Amino acid sequence: MDKIIKKKDLDAFKEKGNRLLFADSVKIAVQAGTCGIASGAQEIFDFLSGQVSSGKFVLSRTGCIGLCKREPMVNVSVPGSVTVVYADMTKKLTEELLKSWIKGETPVKNSLMTLDDALYANPLKDLKLPSGHAKYRDIPFYKKQEKIALRNSGFINPHNLSEYIARGGFYTLFDVLNGQDSDKIIDEIETSGLRGRGGGGFPTGRKWRSCRNAKGDKKYVICNADEGDPGAYMDRTVLEGDPFSVIEGLAIGGYAIGANEGYVYVRAEYPLAVETLKQAIETARNHGLLGKNIFGTDFSFDIRINRGGGAFVCGESTALMASIEGNVGEPRTKHIHTVESGLWEKPTTLNNVETWANVPAVVNMGGSEFRKIGTKGSAGTKVFSVVGDIVNSGLVEVPMGMTLKELVFGVGGGIPGNRKLKAVQSGGPSGGCIPADKADIPIDFDELVKVGSMMGSGGLIIMDEDTCMVDVARYFLSFLVDESCGKCTPCREGTYQLKQILDRITRGEGKPGDLELIEEIAQVTKDCSLCALGKSAPNPILSTLTYFRDEYKAHIEKKKCPAGVCKALITYTIIPEACTACGKCLKSCPASAIEGGKKVAHRIIPEKCTKCGICFDVCAFDAVKKV
Amino acid sequence: MTKTGTDKKLDTILKKYEPRPDSLIAVLQEVQEKLHYLSEDALKRVAERVKVPLVQAYSVATFYNAFSLKPKGKYIIQVCLGTACHLQNGNQLIEELGSLLDTEMGVPTKDGLFSFEAVRCLGCCSLAPAMMINGKTYGNLTADKLKKIIKEYKAK
Repeated sequence: MDKIIKKKDLDAFKEKGNRLLFADSVKIAVQAGTCGIASGAQEIFDFLSGQVSSGKFVLSRTGCIGLCKREPMVNVSVPGSVTVVYADMTKKLTEELLKSWIKGETPVKNSLMTLDDALYANPLKDLKLPSGHAKYRDIPFYKKQEKIALRNSGFINPHNLSEYIARGGFYTLFDVLNGQDSDKIIDEIETSGLRGRGGGGFPTGRKWRSCRNAKGDKKYVICNADEGDPGAYMDRTVLEGDPFSVIEGLAIGGYAIGANEGYVYVRAEYPLAVETLKQAIETARNHGLLGKNIFGTDFSFDIRINRGGGAFVCGESTALMASIEGNVGEPRTKHIHTVESGLWEKPTTLNNVETWANVPAVVNMGGSEFRKIGTKGSAGTKVFSVVGDIVNSGLVEVPMGMTLKELVFGVGGGIPGNRKLKAVQSGGPSGGCIPADKADIPIDFDELVKVGSMMGSGGLIIMDEDTCMVDVARYFLSFLVDESCGKCTPCREGTYQLKQILDRITRGEGKPGDLELIEEIAQVTKDCSLCALGKSAPNPILSTLTYFRDEYKAHIEKKKCPAGVCKALITYTIIPEACTACGKCLKSCPASAIEGGKKVAHRIIPEKCTKCGICFDVCAFDAVKKV
Repeated sequence: MTKTGTDKKLDTILKKYEPRPDSLIAVLQEVQEKLHYLSEDALKRVAERVKVPLVQAYSVATFYNAFSLKPKGKYIIQVCLGTACHLQNGNQLIEELGSLLDTEMGVPTKDGLFSFEAVRCLGCCSLAPAMMINGKTYGNLTADKLKKIIKEYKAK
């Protein structure tokens, strides 16, 4: 295997990579991240694999370019032309379009856009723009995105080292190892204002500096890929679409703080991410980019992967380290910081996937350039997974400071079915719900805290008016009750008691004084818990209580769920005048709770009804009402 | 004494890992995957191999959701109950599976083919509601789609 030692070796890989990225023949790259595969990308890939022996095109795969709603997507390049991205593809459509593609044509059918942005430009020659297709920046979803962490995802083959190098990869590490002082790198990171993308937002440079200055014969760097916040999947996408960026980031970090060993702690629920990363590490090792004397220098560095065991608390740094050591993932108090005594009581720097993927880009462009992006307190860009009741659900990377409104209605395309925005939930179970009337706030670490939420790892759940905020709070509480490790009482018992009260309220058994009791328990849980899981556990309930108190009151005082979600507080009935006796609901009811016959208006038998809502969903005549 | 197939599988797994305490979780993960659960005997042997007290192996095995001391089905259905799936009525899938497979959450079907459990976010939120069967993800699920998928696995 060719070792990469000198710059000319990198150049050779770069040349090869560019030949692969901008092929002289027709090239088809299937976007095959987990979500793409689940939408049918594998079927398309398998079909194309069967055709590739014709020699009329080359086949490749790539990660996800972000617009998950329109998957499966396929990138098609014909010689001399800019790549076209096709969306909502099926095997049948691929079969049909392939006939044109192999002739060097790119029909507009199912075309989403061309990758004509500077980000995807061919460095060697200008490519012509195929006519009739929308341009990258014409698409509202991409118009205002600025990609740094996601710079390669959906464009390069994540398994191909030369494609990563062709995009400038590993040149930064080369420059760093050949002549840069480790202090200078930390200076750059400090100047950049980069803050941890995993949730806390701690200044990355300061963390590195403390770890570098800490005494210890051995130090570690860790990549936290235990992306536990429900609704967040940016780390999965980076690992599946651009694993080498994380490897390079870790190596730069290792050099800067003086560590020779790195760990990636990744969720077991992400099998494809684990596999992609595993292969990338192997490839990097085979080419001498990991291991002893990287680029012929004195610096040696290697990475191990640890798979998580399905415990949310292991996203907490001390719990994660305990888990790597082979123990139960319980956090410890942090009177001694992990940068001084972390993994195996050695100085340890832990950052999440997105932060590590940012590192090579930050060092490459220089701290002050990076600083120019974003807001004063939150530099750079942030990747968000915008999901829930939103037209363009997917992964976006925007400059910090964009307003929530712009993200939801501009980038995200608004709420489906012309319904109203009710709230945006950010920060996962540690965050809060931001009501629609606060959607003007700019998104950055500090602004989100001001409105009672937090950045978290970047999951944004968009909720329309049919969402019950009490149910949302109860959902997060039940999540935390399950995931609290149980080590400290305030978290273990506090979350449990809060959930008990919310359970009662959503069952219609709320009592006067419940809200005050909730606030009291929430405060104690917040003040006294050991780690961030417990300290932030009451956020979802407190933020919904602040902004949606009336909804809680309706549940308690009127025994009504205004959004029609809480099963115990709603009933389904069929309006006989509207019922056409079509029999659809009768057939669909899993509880056999509907009676009626031909030309006889149907009726729901209340005693049998499980309130699953299937009849409501299937009725084509709006005859089923929810009260 | 002749070794059973399970014993042999266990031997192969144990040999692959370095006999150090921090191998514990990785070994247990592989045992769980290959043998579908952690038997008392397996736990003892893993603990011995990686040089930790049995009590540590037991506490790890009962702490992490990924481990089970009781057998799971050949096909493990993980229904996502992340926020997006919750809002898209992911809970309904759990109920459907219960009646479809005639078993409860966490209890394998009589033929040992299936067991289902709830997991927190598979990270496929734009495909909500979603689930994963032995590492393969399925999205935009409906009752009908679910039925079809189960049928496919039964026919395998």
